[in-house]
Formats: sequence, C-alpha cells, structure tokens
Amino acid sequence: MAIYDTRRRRNHLAIGLAYAATAFGLTWLVLILAVLLWKGFSGLNLAVFTEMTPPPGSAGGLLNPIIGSLVMTFIAVLIGTPLGILAGTYMAEYGRYDKLTMVVRFINDILLSAPSIVIGLFIYEVMVAQMGHFSGWAGSVALAVIVVPVVVRTTEDMLSLLPDTMREAAASIGLPRSLMIQKVAYRAARAGMITGVLLAVARISGETAPLLFTALNNQFWSTNMNAPVSSLPVVIFQFALSPYEDWQQLAWTGALLITMAVLALSIGARILSSRGKTS
Amino acid sequence: MQASQQVERARILRRLRHGDTAFRMITRAAAIIVLLILSGIIISLIHGSWPALSTFGFSFVYTESWNPVTEKFGAIAPIYGTVVTSVIAMLIAVPIGLFIALFLTELCPMWLRRPIGIAIELLAGIPSIIYGIWGLFVFAPFLQATVQPFLITVFGPIPGLSTLFAGPPYGIGILTAGLILAVMVLPFITSITRDVFEAVPPVLKEAAYGVGSTTWEVVRYVVLPYARVGVIGGVMLALGRALGETMAVTFVIGNAHRISGSIMAPGTTISATIANEFTEADGVLYTSSLVALGLILFVITFFVLAAARFMLMRLNARIGA
Repeated sequence: MAIYDTRRRRNHLAIGLAYAATAFGLTWLVLILAVLLWKGFSGLNLAVFTEMTPPPGSAGGLLNPIIGSLVMTFIAVLIGTPLGILAGTYMAEYGRYDKLTMVVRFINDILLSAPSIVIGLFIYEVMVAQMGHFSGWAGSVALAVIVVPVVVRTTEDMLSLLPDTMREAAASIGLPRSLMIQKVAYRAARAGMITGVLLAVARISGETAPLLFTALNNQFWSTNMNAPVSSLPVVIFQFALSPYEDWQQLAWTGALLITMAVLALSIGARILSSRGKTS
Repeated sequence: MQASQQVERARILRRLRHGDTAFRMITRAAAIIVLLILSGIIISLIHGSWPALSTFGFSFVYTESWNPVTEKFGAIAPIYGTVVTSVIAMLIAVPIGLFIALFLTELCPMWLRRPIGIAIELLAGIPSIIYGIWGLFVFAPFLQATVQPFLITVFGPIPGLSTLFAGPPYGIGILTAGLILAVMVLPFITSITRDVFEAVPPVLKEAAYGVGSTTWEVVRYVVLPYARVGVIGGVMLALGRALGETMAVTFVIGNAHRISGSIMAPGTTISATIANEFTEADGVLYTSSLVALGLILFVITFFVLAAARFMLMRLNARIGA
C-alpha cells in the first residue's frame, strides 16, 4: 500500500506544480499588460500624436518617432517581403530536395534567431561606416534583414503544404511552371503568406537594438531618410533611462502604443491563418 | 495563314519558356542572397573587429580590463555576464516551461487549451524593450524591496552561498537581468516543448495509462524520453535567444565592467555593452573592440542555434520515418 501512496503523492505534487507553473506564466502576462495600461493610458492624449518629442523638462508628443517607425517599417517590409517570398518559392517549388535548399533552410533558421544587435553592427559596417553618417535607409535595411528570414520560413512552409495535385492540374492544362506558381500556388497559399508578413511586421515594430546605431535618433521633424530618423523603440529607450518625469511618461505611453500594435498584429495574423486552414 | 499562326505560336512558347527560366533564376538568386546575408554578417564583423583583434590578440577574450581612456579592452566581463544571466534564465524557465507544457498537453480541458496557448505565445510577441522598461521601473524596485533583502538574510550566514548573495540590494544587477530573461524565454520553451509533447504517439501514452501509470509517470517515463531530443533542441533555441537578448537586459543589468562574485551586483553583458557604448565610442580601437564583442556573441549563438536546429531536425526525421 505504501508504494501506491508514494505514487499518488508524487502524481499530486507534479500536477500541482503544473497548475502552479501555468498560473505563474499567465500572471506575468497579466502583470506586464496591467502595468503598461495603467502607466501608459494616463499619458495618452491628443498631443502624443500631434506634437514632436520635447526637450527635457517639458511636455510634448511622439509624432516624429511614430512617423519614423512607420516609414522605416514600411520600407523594410517593401525590401524584405519580395526577397523572402522569392527565396521561399525557390525552396518549396524548384529545389525542394536540393543541397542549396537544405543549406538555405539551415542558415535561414539561424538568421531567424540571430541576435538583432549583431544585425545592427552588420548594417553599421556595410552602410553607416561606408556612407559616413547614420541614416533612415540604414535603419530600414537593418529591419529588412530581420523581415527576410520570417517571410522565407512562412512562404516555404505554406507552399509545401499545398497538395501536388493542384500543381499537376495546372501543368496538365499547359500552364508553364512560373505561371503555375504565380497564378495557382501563390493564390492558394495567400492567407499563410500574408500571415508571415504580419508576423514580420510585429517582430520589427518593437526592435530597438538594430536601430540604435543605424537610424540613430532625431529630436526634430525629419522626412529625410538620408539623415538620422527617430523611431519609437529608440525614443522609449532614451526617455525611460532619463531622469525627467515628462520623458519617462512619454516612454510608457510609447511602450503602450508599441505593445498594442504588436498584439493587434499577432492576433490578426492568428485569425487570418486559422481562417485559411478551415476554408 | 497557317504559317503565320505557327510563327505566332512559336513566339508565345518561346516567351513563356524565357519567362519560366527568368523566374526560376530570380527565385534562385533570392535564395542565394539569404546565404550572402549570413556570410556578409560574418565577413563584416571580422573586418570591423580586426583592429582590436590584431592589437590584443587572443588575450582579448580573457582580459577583464575595459578602459576607453587607456584603450585597454578585454571581453571576459561581458562574456561572463552574458553566460551567467542566461544560465539563471534557463535554470528558472526550463522547469517552469516543461510543467506548463505538461499542463497544456495532459491536464488542461480541451476548450481552455487554445486560449492559454495563445496567451503564452503573446508573451513571446511582446517586444523586449517592454520587458526592459517594465523591469527597470516595476520589477527592480520590487526585488530591491522584498526578494533581495530576503535572499541576503537567508543565504548570508551560509558559507559558500554568502558570496553569491552578498552585498547591498541594488535592485538592478545580474540576478534581475536573469529573472527578466527567464520570463522572456519561457514562452519559447513552452511552445516548443508543447509541440514535441503533442507529437508523441497517443498509443504510447494510452498503453502506459492502460497498465495503470499515473499522469506524472506517463510524462516522466514515456513522454519525456520520447521527446527528449526535441525538448533539448527547444531549450537550446531559447538559450540562443537569451544569450543575444539586448534591450531587456540593458535596462536592468547596471552596466558595470567587472566580474563580481555576487549575482546581485551590477554587471554587463555583451549585447548591453554594445547597446550602451557603441554610439559614444570614439577611436578606432574602442569601436573595433565593441564589434569584436559582437563577433564573439555571434559565434557563440551560432553554435548554440546550429546545435538546436540539428537536434530538432533529427527529431523531425524520426517522426517522419
């Protein structure tokens, strides 16, 4: 009987720990979001979206970093998405069992989790150091380097899921392979591929490290992509570590904006991909 | 009429064939560009760190001094901080992640599985800078006021552990950074272990339940051995994240270039050093030493991530077979 008791006790202990661990994990999510809402909302007003970042000790808004982030994200997606989709297409459609595909898949997986600060250093070396100054372009390219592996991965996965009969049907009516890919495969895998792009946007909209020494920061309104450009994450970094109350408040508000954007994007991606599965 | 139609037909076919070749070549080029990005990263880091590496030689890796004035740089303090914070993070996050995966695959009612799984994955989507600002303003003061004094009074009198938990409670420091990292990598570990747990054939589990095993015994003696390679792969993947994590750590590590016996003292990591000092670094040697730090970080994470992918690939091959 003793053995049964020990086993039962051990089982209860493990189950108890499992419940506790889950509660622990969820508590963090709630705690972080609650503090973020609490601190961020109190500073949320129209000025945040209409005024520039202030000098120390006065009130202001986050207009220039918001615009800077949006523009750099947009350009990064514009550069990274086609490249990622084309590379993923090669891996899934042309060279599924190639040596090249095996190598690219492995390298891509490493790029997917490579430290983003190293990507910042890379772009600093190849763009900032060569051009002699920090620029919005360099920031966009650094973000694009992060977009590429995400899009490659989802494109390859989504295209690999398509049934081969679909490709054969297209081939049987005489469609060349490139047209089959563009007119049939892309259309069938569209939801999944858009999900990949959304996830990539979510990923880069909070990235700080690669922007620190590529786009740098800019206190003033600037649409010149060839000069330093302000971005939300970098402004949050700078303002949060400052001793000024106004700046810290703006940092919290900016943090709230980014988190909401990222959560909306990832939930959107999830809805899209689950709808793609059922249809 | 007949002839011109044939000519037309041949023209269209040729155009399609050219289009086909062109598209194939473009996609192939894109795939090769992905390879070029990685080699570009490696080459540019070696190029950028060359002045430092040729000046200091291999001693760069094990020297502690970091002095911009005398231009003496060594990497061991940041390397130490990077490794210790990641180890703390893994010690906490791995067991918790495993137990959450156990809950999600064995205990959780079906209707609750998706929402909880999504919530855990949302935790993974929160940008690291949010963890940083939260850690600095909320978590560090909390640790300073409650947990750290407690640790000091409990472990202070015990020889051996007293140095590890010595010193005034700063709030920020190695321990705080490790704890924040633990929260950050928890979702990665959870979602990967959940996936590999789910890949265990139900027949195996049912057989174990059938002979009267408890839930814990099924997980411990059937699920875990079967999923071992995948779990280790997931843990290594999370370790890769923890090693390279920048912003969350930069906020709470304290940025002190020294190796301290106490895990409550401020320290620094490779990524935090680069983030804090790169834009202000003047002089070729200073900048180049920071790039050299980046190179070391990249090499370490490269091997950790490569090992992780290799293990996950082996698992996939087995499941596929």
